[in-house]
Amino acid sequence: MQSDHYSPLGVAVLIAIFADIHANRQALSACLAQARKHGAQRIVLLGDYVGYGADPEWTVTTVMDLVDQGALAVLGNHDNAVGDTREHLNVEAQVAIEWTRGELGLSQRRFLADLPLTLEDDDRLLVHADASRPKSWNYVTNVADAARSIGATSALVTFCGHIHRPALYCMSATAKMTAFTPRADVPVQLLPGRRWLAVLGSVGQPRDGNPAASYVMLDTERREITYCRAPYDVEQAAAQIRKKGLPTRLAERLFLGK
Amino acid sequence: MVKPTLQTGSIVDGFRIGDFVHNGGMATLWSVSRPGATMPMLMKVPKIGEGEDPAAIVSFEMEQMILPRLSGVHVPKCVSVGDFAVQPYIVMERIDGPTLLARVPDIPLPYADVAEIGVKVATALDDLHRQHVIHLDVKPSNVMFRPAGEAVLLDFGLSHHDQLPDLMQAEFRLPFGTAPYMAPEQLLGVRNDPRSDLFALGVLLYFFSTGVRPFGESETLRGMRRRLWRDPPPPRRLMPDYPPWLQEIVLRCIEIEPAWRYPTAAQLAFALSHPSEVKLTARSQRLKRDPWTTVLRRRFNRDLTWTRAEPALAAKLAAAPIVAVAVDLADGPAPVNDALRVAAGRILATLPSARLACVNVLKQGRITLDTTLDAHGHNKHIDRLVALRHWAEPLKLEDHRLTVHVLEAIDPASAILEFAQANRADHILIGAPQRSLLGRLLGGVSGRVVAEAPCTVTVVRPSRLGDQDEPPSQVQASRDTRPDGPPGSS
Repeated sequence: MQSDHYSPLGVAVLIAIFADIHANRQALSACLAQARKHGAQRIVLLGDYVGYGADPEWTVTTVMDLVDQGALAVLGNHDNAVGDTREHLNVEAQVAIEWTRGELGLSQRRFLADLPLTLEDDDRLLVHADASRPKSWNYVTNVADAARSIGATSALVTFCGHIHRPALYCMSATAKMTAFTPRADVPVQLLPGRRWLAVLGSVGQPRDGNPAASYVMLDTERREITYCRAPYDVEQAAAQIRKKGLPTRLAERLFLGK
Repeated sequence: MVKPTLQTGSIVDGFRIGDFVHNGGMATLWSVSRPGATMPMLMKVPKIGEGEDPAAIVSFEMEQMILPRLSGVHVPKCVSVGDFAVQPYIVMERIDGPTLLARVPDIPLPYADVAEIGVKVATALDDLHRQHVIHLDVKPSNVMFRPAGEAVLLDFGLSHHDQLPDLMQAEFRLPFGTAPYMAPEQLLGVRNDPRSDLFALGVLLYFFSTGVRPFGESETLRGMRRRLWRDPPPPRRLMPDYPPWLQEIVLRCIEIEPAWRYPTAAQLAFALSHPSEVKLTARSQRLKRDPWTTVLRRRFNRDLTWTRAEPALAAKLAAAPIVAVAVDLADGPAPVNDALRVAAGRILATLPSARLACVNVLKQGRITLDTTLDAHGHNKHIDRLVALRHWAEPLKLEDHRLTVHVLEAIDPASAILEFAQANRADHILIGAPQRSLLGRLLGGVSGRVVAEAPCTVTVVRPSRLGDQDEPPSQVQASRDTRPDGPPGSS
């Protein structure tokens, strides 16, 4: 497995995990800087690099560089929509993707098209949405969805994004579910007796009422997950969206985090 | 019982298993040692065999999550945690001595002893609540004492952490706790109210001071649910000499409605350590239980009082701070005292559960044994108390929000700091040193309080306008007249 190269046995590995960047350059830059300051040794990307935001080219290029340096990346529905016109999106997202298609070069579009739907990384599963049918892009919004997703995998911990709101679910040995809304900066131990589903907040378009960019740090030795928030220059990100002629609501919602 | 898989002499993750110490309902305890470790240690191992309670696993997982995050003297220090994948265990500091359960054969205990136990346990609970944890199983067998006297709380298997997933909540529909001590709201599945711990402590204090359990020992859900509407007999009915202040405190702790209890453990500890300052309401005098009309109303109209969307634990504690204000009365009316009152008023106006402790230091000579009477035969201590109440009067605070304290001490700064520490004050208000000779001499007080206080300190300064040209002679004069000046003139 790819991870062996980076995580020699017994050495603590800090992994920064990002989901739903959505071409928000300012937010991704802030997250990367903060994660590196926290000591992130590896990077994992859970899809939706484009759509909504004003900097798809910079974002995809940055993601390609990170993957070259060993980061793991899976496909999101917006990334898929770049090359697959059958992908259904809401009206605003549709406008943004049509514009994005005219921004990305061949190598970038090829990179997106070649991304896998899921990746396994040690005992972890990486996927953009519900793991039971990754290509259907189903939202995981409650314990029933979470139970279905966990039940479809053999991983101890699944990481996904797609709904832009942080949540943490676990399933006990007797298949009882617990749902939890994580607090920023409070590490939670992923108890080994349970199976976990970590739903990440969004880097580029948070929808949990907090405009700060959201990502996760995972300490694989302590088995601790920490949901982090990185404040970023929302003004600039919003100004770029307006400047590129994208729907203004996509700019406005960044200020509210919804 | 499932046969313990561990044996004396075996080694687990570098810990040598010693004697078998205790067989509890959900776990067993062993003494353990490790080369180089000097602290006595215990290993707690859950019972997870066939036929054991499934709650044992979940509650052990909770304790494994919570205990390593706790610190301070009021909890056993966590040394190591073992995985469920291999051998689940928690190794923690072993506290010497018996639990509070050992005192049960001697009850009822003297009232002063009960109050002392109450202060210690409430102080420990306050420390726990400030670390985002509600214990939810406070009872004599979960309380120990360190040699220096501090209470230590044990067993966090049923606890709720405000910032971590609550596995117990999600997994079990039935309430968990210990029947005689469980708060009414716990029976309804509420696990995030710190005042549930105050209820359990109130039951403990009632039991230790009267010898009777206020809500009996019924283990059936039906029997336990009676406490949702039926109040216990007031202690004075059982013990004619029961002090009204203690009845006031105990009955307030075991109020059915959480909002009618003390808002925080710190405020409960404060009340227990200042009996003469306890506001005696109708509670303190009661000899009978509530009339049946009240009981029936509670029984069938519970939604009259049971509502609420709960704020987070930290927010609840922050909303009910103890604010200590150091008022200097020695120099007669000082502009800084008015400024202090304004500052105190602002804080109290925004936080209805906050309480104000007005503190004045009656300075003692270093060598001479000061008389308690002044030149005119007034008792200085009482005069200062009167003066403090007079200072606070314009704030128009209800009795239960205001206490006054005169500290007799050689060193004012130490006295204020010790008061704040002992009473778990959240905030100290103190006047800035005044720009006078005397002020400069006394200036060290606020400086030291700022530097050494265990909490937030606000240094209050009167508005500079108007006192720019304060003649030094005026300060001198008031200093000269101090011994004879009318007390409480500020």
